[in-house]
Amino acid sequence: MINAYDILETIRMIDDECLDIRTITMGISLLDCIDSDINTACKKVYDKITAKAAHLVEVGESIEKELGIPIINKRISVTPIAIVSAACKCSPVPFAKAMDEAAKAVGVNLIGGYSALVQKGFSAGDIELINSIPEALACTERVCSSVNVGSTKTGINLDACKLMGDIIRQCAEKTVDKACFGAAKLVVFCNAVEDNPFMAGAFHGVGEPDCMINVGVSGPGVVRAALAKYPDANITEIADIIKKTSYKITRVGQLVGQLASKRLGVPFGIVDLSLAPTPAVGDSVAHILEEIGLEQCGACGTTATLAMLNDAVKKGGVMACSKIGGLSGAFIPVSEDAGMIDAAKSGTLCIEKLEAMTAVCSVGLDMIVVPGDTTADVLAAIIADEAAIGMVNSKTTAVRIIPAIGKQVGEELDWGGLFGRGPVMPVKTSSPSKFISRGGQIPAPMQSLKN
Amino acid sequence: MRAIITVIGKDTIGILAKVSAKCAEYNANVIEVTQSIMQDLFCMIMLVDISKLSADFAKLSDAMQQLGEQQGLKIHTMHEDIFNCMHHI
Repeated sequence: MINAYDILETIRMIDDECLDIRTITMGISLLDCIDSDINTACKKVYDKITAKAAHLVEVGESIEKELGIPIINKRISVTPIAIVSAACKCSPVPFAKAMDEAAKAVGVNLIGGYSALVQKGFSAGDIELINSIPEALACTERVCSSVNVGSTKTGINLDACKLMGDIIRQCAEKTVDKACFGAAKLVVFCNAVEDNPFMAGAFHGVGEPDCMINVGVSGPGVVRAALAKYPDANITEIADIIKKTSYKITRVGQLVGQLASKRLGVPFGIVDLSLAPTPAVGDSVAHILEEIGLEQCGACGTTATLAMLNDAVKKGGVMACSKIGGLSGAFIPVSEDAGMIDAAKSGTLCIEKLEAMTAVCSVGLDMIVVPGDTTADVLAAIIADEAAIGMVNSKTTAVRIIPAIGKQVGEELDWGGLFGRGPVMPVKTSSPSKFISRGGQIPAPMQSLKN
Repeated sequence: MRAIITVIGKDTIGILAKVSAKCAEYNANVIEVTQSIMQDLFCMIMLVDISKLSADFAKLSDAMQQLGEQQGLKIHTMHEDIFNCMHHI
């Protein structure tokens, strides 16, 4: 029989330390839904999503019951809509509505893929899609959007950065009555990945199969609890404890993915080795860093501890599953992490420190609330800075930033649930307008020349 | 196919009997039981064969949870795979 200690440890992880599977995400290709008539194309999109994902929620719930572990989200990602909508030559908002209706019909809480990939320039359909993002996110509930503006191979599309600064502001302005929530469903990427199961940045890349299952694990609370048992361990021992814990967490992700794949008759893609926090007590990445020995997240030493944590999570997880992908790293979304919220409120954690942290972990400036009067050009420059970190370090970086329209530092936006609440954080207001308005492409760095 | 039922809570008379009766009701065959009482805390781990269950696994799991709530106990019914995958390479 299985060791009683192991059984009780697993139960304690689930009951007391918030261990869960964060998401089972079904990736669905919509390439076969392309049609020059937008109504026909939207019908095909709705029909394909509802057919492929008809049993996704039901299967997720049955696995949850059987293994006794919560599976928090069941979600869908689709082919970037700019590719699907290009032939229609009109505003692609009806696609967002079709996605939203399909998501409601199958019972998933978010659907990603209202996206465009413009790292090297805009092709047919890209500009229409990007310009329609504010309306698409305001008139739908569950649709998430992302735009890739740079990559190590191509450099950074500065025109796209400028455009996205403006689009983020419009998303917030159009959803003022919902605490500017539109901007929380939009991610701007550099080096976006094609198999990311996490929202809001998930989309189903064109190199992916027709349909597949990707899994995102969680477990910051479990890592923190494991570390709490060794208050005097040195940092090498701490890294080893994190590795062992990460192995256990990831194994469950692998098992859930295999079961879901088998029951849905869809190939199993990847497990995303990410420590994804939630605003719940005991589920915070910031608290892990504080357990290691920082008075508060954001203090000097934060980047070093986070780099070690991120690396140890991957090393432990690699052995635990057959295929790894997605973003795979510790997430630091400010509004979704109780420890980060406190640190941002107290002023210990500032945007500049968060930017440094994104150089060593996944994924970027995530769920950060800035003053409502932050200009589009400042937002664009934040995107360019973050994309530069991703481009030079050959890693994914992202910006999901929410201008709190009508609010200033000291106030906050509250969305509740998994999105949490974010204090308005100060931003440097010196103008980067001339740089941003130059437009053009930041050339790909030397790191791109690997052949 | 096997599952593990864990029961944790304040010790009272007849816990083992009630959990076993529920297993019998759903045709889950009890293979092994370990049980200990630390101070007043009852802790039981039961390995059951679920290959001939008379209903869905989810129904057994719900019934056990309900029994736990009635008796003031925490009862988890989980497939053994989750423990095997987590604690063995």
